[in-house]
Amino acid sequence: MPFHISKDEIMETVRMVQSENLDIRTITMGINIQDCRHRDGNATGKSIYDKIVKYAGNLVKTGDEIEKEYGIPIINKRISVTPVANVADGLNRDDMITIGKYMDEAAREVGVNFIGGFSALVHKGFTHGDKDLIAAIPYVLSNTERVCSSVNVATTKAGINMDAVYLMGNTIKQTAELTADNDGIGCAKLVVFCNAAEDNPFMAGAFHGIGEPESTINIGVSGPGVVLNAVRKYPEMDLGELANVIKKTAFKVTRTGELVGRVASKRLGVPFGIVDLSLAPTPAIGDSVADILQSMGLERVGAHGSTAALAMLNDAVKKGGAMASSYVGGLSGAFIPVSEDAGMIDAVLAGALNIDKLEAMTCVCSVGLDMIAIPGDTSSEIISAIIADEAAIGMINRKTTAVRLIPAPGKKVGDWVEFGGLLGRAPVMKVNQFSPAGFINRRGRIPAPIHSLNN
Amino acid sequence: MEEGKKLIITVLGYDRVGIIATISAILAENQVNILDISQTILQGFFTMVMVVDMSNSKCEIGQLRELLVKAGRNLGLEVTVQHEDIFKFMHRI
Repeated sequence: MPFHISKDEIMETVRMVQSENLDIRTITMGINIQDCRHRDGNATGKSIYDKIVKYAGNLVKTGDEIEKEYGIPIINKRISVTPVANVADGLNRDDMITIGKYMDEAAREVGVNFIGGFSALVHKGFTHGDKDLIAAIPYVLSNTERVCSSVNVATTKAGINMDAVYLMGNTIKQTAELTADNDGIGCAKLVVFCNAAEDNPFMAGAFHGIGEPESTINIGVSGPGVVLNAVRKYPEMDLGELANVIKKTAFKVTRTGELVGRVASKRLGVPFGIVDLSLAPTPAIGDSVADILQSMGLERVGAHGSTAALAMLNDAVKKGGAMASSYVGGLSGAFIPVSEDAGMIDAVLAGALNIDKLEAMTCVCSVGLDMIAIPGDTSSEIISAIIADEAAIGMINRKTTAVRLIPAPGKKVGDWVEFGGLLGRAPVMKVNQFSPAGFINRRGRIPAPIHSLNN
Repeated sequence: MEEGKKLIITVLGYDRVGIIATISAILAENQVNILDISQTILQGFFTMVMVVDMSNSKCEIGQLRELLVKAGRNLGLEVTVQHEDIFKFMHRI
């Protein structure tokens, strides 16, 4: 016989795709643009535009073909580029804004919905270019549709740049105000990182790192629905056995990503970078990380026990996924974005989940405080302090953490923000109002932590 | 990695006369060769899995899927068409 897969196995795969939302969340092409630097913003932007169109001209078409031939949905095709602050250092803020416009046009021309890399890495301090880029962020995010921005403010080896943390609090506020007509949607395209990953395929935090090759294909898979159904099948199983079930399921999900990555890489003639093992939820019913935690036995996500459940889920996903792919990387942690996960929203509405618990959950697994709407009148110092807390968790635990907050202008706790599509909708959450201003206004750098005496 | 031309077709739905005939007629018209068929009926519910080779077909996978899904819909059946590599990758190391 030509084929040795059993009928049950075939039906399992078909079910994953048909009813459990198994899909490839993104094929992200990383493109080096360090050779695009010219004398001004216009010439540099034009050169970046030309290079993106040249390299990624077939990205969407190839992705669509693979989707058709293999019968596996590929939701997004995206692009990440070298952090623009590095490429355009020495140019001014207006030049950076011009470059952002060219990036947006290039993304529209090749048909991708997001392009990442309007970024700066400032964990130890700013160059002039970094400062100009950060100053340009609110304007670029409010005047472009597809450009995503990220700023790395801390690493385990360098500590936390509190000047940058201070600045990003202001930048987030300003971005929200400039996109006030759309509930501050600009902030949904802005991520503040600690230990940013150079090969992350997921937006808004994707950029093409300095250590990356000329071009690369990185894959983000998605399988919360598949894991959810696997967990639901075994309500009585002990947690060790359940971890095994999750591992096996994650293996299967990740293999799909590995296959699509290899095919895409071959057809585009671009080296295959990594598969990101993150469990990425969508607003679709059943495609929720919160639902998985609840199916493990929690009444609501946010209940005591959520952190432990998430730690176990995330670790099992990584163990299964690592076996399935030749190269894993990116963020590879379960995402718990509030607006993009129907179960998280329900838990917030039920009063089970608050920012403090989300922060605790980011210690063990996830990539950070993601897509959380907070009241529009939250001060920039409080936003900076939230970033500082999250960066501290990443720095001490040697992991990536991120903050993507939306201080929705004019909105109060209990109001809703609506972004539509994959970004979803979210209830505005309560933030601790006691002031951290004295701490944040000290600025400076929090020194890198010691790596022995670990307790 | 070589990309093969074998597909897995699954057909699910309530049993009725002419399911296999309809599907295989479309395959024959498009020079798609059937390598294996397995079919079960459980309490009136029909499940069929086919392995086919389309290396001699002039038809694109996308077009073939459209034809089969449309024919399936007319008979009240759910048809899926996927490249065999998906299954190989997922279930075998």
